[in-house]
Amino acid sequence: MRSIAEIRRRSISTMMFVLCAAGAALIVSLLLLVSGYLVWIGISSLSWEFLTAVPTGDVSNPGGMRHAIDGTIILVALASAVGVPVGVLAGVYLSEYSSEHVATGTLRFVADVLTGVPSIVVGILGYELVVVPVSRMTQSAVSFSGYAGAAALAFIMIPIVARTTEEMLRLVPRTYREGSLALGATRAQTIFRVVLPGAFGGIATGVMLAMGRIAGETAPLLFTALGSRLLTHNPAEPFPSLTLQIYTYATGPYPEQKRLAWAGLLVLLALLFVVNLSIRIVASRHARTRVGA
Amino acid sequence: MPATPFMTQPPAIPKPSEPPLVEMPARKRPVVGIGGAGGGQSGQYPIIEAIKRGETPEPRRHESVMSAKHILDIQNFQLWYGHSKALHGVTLPIADGKITSIIGPSGCGKSTLLRSVNRLNDLVDGVRTAGSISLKGEDIYARGVDVISLRKRLGMVFQKPNPFPMSIFENVVYALRISGERKRRVLEEACEKALRQAALWDEVKDRLKSSAMGLSGGQQQRLCIARSIVCEPEVLLLDEPCSALDPIATLRIEELILEIGQRYTVLIVTHNMQQAARVSDYTAFMYLGRLVEYGRTADIFQLPRLRETEDYVTGRFG
Repeated sequence: MRSIAEIRRRSISTMMFVLCAAGAALIVSLLLLVSGYLVWIGISSLSWEFLTAVPTGDVSNPGGMRHAIDGTIILVALASAVGVPVGVLAGVYLSEYSSEHVATGTLRFVADVLTGVPSIVVGILGYELVVVPVSRMTQSAVSFSGYAGAAALAFIMIPIVARTTEEMLRLVPRTYREGSLALGATRAQTIFRVVLPGAFGGIATGVMLAMGRIAGETAPLLFTALGSRLLTHNPAEPFPSLTLQIYTYATGPYPEQKRLAWAGLLVLLALLFVVNLSIRIVASRHARTRVGA
Repeated sequence: MPATPFMTQPPAIPKPSEPPLVEMPARKRPVVGIGGAGGGQSGQYPIIEAIKRGETPEPRRHESVMSAKHILDIQNFQLWYGHSKALHGVTLPIADGKITSIIGPSGCGKSTLLRSVNRLNDLVDGVRTAGSISLKGEDIYARGVDVISLRKRLGMVFQKPNPFPMSIFENVVYALRISGERKRRVLEEACEKALRQAALWDEVKDRLKSSAMGLSGGQQQRLCIARSIVCEPEVLLLDEPCSALDPIATLRIEELILEIGQRYTVLIVTHNMQQAARVSDYTAFMYLGRLVEYGRTADIFQLPRLRETEDYVTGRFG
C-alpha cells in the first residue's frame, strides 16, 4: 500500500526525469537541425573550385574562398605564436610563483574578466591601439593588416590559455614538485621538467579550445584585419579571413555570393570539428599517461 | 617490565625547567589519542603529562648514541607553522653511517623534523624556525646557505611513491640532468648502478624507456629510492616510505633499507614500530613535537629508561 506522499514523491521524480530528458533532447535536436541545414545548403556550393579559387569579382560567378581559408589559418597561427607562450607563462606565474602575493587574486580576476570581454570591444581596441597608431607612424591612410587582426585574436586567446594553464598546473600533484625540489632542482627546473610536462595534455587541450574560439571570431577582425578579396600571405596587408568573407557575402545582395557564404560556414565548422577532435585525442592520451599519478 | 640493572632505580621523574604551575592556561589544541586511558591516573606517564601541559621536559638520550660520530646535528630545533608550534627544541644528533629511525604517534612532528633537514618546509607559507641543524658541521639554516646544493647532498623518499611522469631512465638520472650532466655513458652507468643498489635493475632493465607510471607501487618506491641515491647523498631521508605499500612490498623495501644502510646514513620516519625495530640502529621516540627518548634501537625496545617509551613501543598506549 503506497502512501499519497510516496506516490507524490515518485511522480515528481518521474516528472523531473522527463523535463531533464526533454531539455537534453531539445539541445541535441537544435544542434542536428543547425548542422543538417548547413550541410544541406552548403554542400551544394562546396566544390574543388571553392577551396582553390579566389574571388573573381564577377557576382554571378564569384569563384572560391581559398584566400579566406588561408587567411584564417595564418591568422590563427600568428595569434597562437604570441598568445600561447604569453598565456602559458602567465598561467605558470599564477599557479607556481604567486601564492604569497596579494596581486595574484587581482591578476586572476583580470584574466577572468578578459575572458568575458565581448569580442567587438577587442576589435575596437585593436583598431585604436594598433591600426590607428601604425597608420600615423607610416603616414598611410589605412593600416589595416593581418598583424593587427592577429594581435586582436591573441588578446582574446591569452586569458583563456592563462587560466586553463593555471587550472591544469594545479592538478599536478604537489608530490611531484616536492620530489623534484628535494633532489636539488631549482624552481624553474621543477616547473619546466616536471610540472609542465605533467600537465601537457591539459594545457594542449586548452590551447586548442582557444584556437577554435578565435578561428570563429569575426568582430575582432572587422576593424583590424578588415578582410580582403585578394589571395595574400603577407600579414602587413589587409587580410582575409573566413569569418569576414562569410559576413561580407552573407550580408550582400547577390545570391551566388550567399551560396558561397553557406559553403564557407561549412568549411569553418569542419575546421572547428577537426580541432575539437584533436582535443579529444590529446585529452585521452593525457588521461592514459597520468595513470598512477 | 624486564628486571634489568638499568631499571633497579625507579625512573626519575623529570624536573621541569620551571617550577610546576598550579594553573596552566587552557590549551588551544585538544590533545588527542595517546595516554587517553592512563590520562586519569596521575603519575603514570609523568613526561607525557608534562608535555601535554605544554612543557618541554629533558629527554632521555642514551650515552651510546650521544658518543657516536655524528654526521647530522639537530640542536634545540624549533619550528612554527604560523602561530602553532610544531617542534619544541628538539636536540637529536644523527650517527654517521647508521640507520636512525624516528617513531611516534601521528602529529608528533617526526615528518616535520625530517622535512626540516633538507629545508623542504621552506616551501610552506608561514613557517619559522629557531635553533640549528648542521650537516657535517655546517649550519644549514645559516644565512646565505645555498638550499639547492644542500638538497643535492640529501636524498629524500616520500610517503607516497612519486615517480615523475617520464621514463624509468629519466626518473633515475633526473638529479644528474638538473646538474647539467649530458654524457650518455655517464647517465647510463649511474642509472644502472642506482637501480642495482635499489634492487630494481633486474625487473626494469629491459624497459628503461617506458613510463615509470606503469610500475607497481613497490617498484615505484624502489625507483624513488634509486632516484634519490643516484648522486650518492650524504644522508638519505625516508619519510614513512612503506605507508602506501602492501606487506610484501614493505618487506622488500625494508630489506633494501638494511642494504642501503651499509653505504649511506639513513634517517627514517615511521609510524610502524616493528619496522623501526627491524631496520634501524638507533631509535628516537617523539611526542607532540618533543623528543622523549633516544638510544640504540635494541635498548629503546628492550631496555627503555622511560615507562612512556616502553608502553609506546609495546603498544600499550598511543
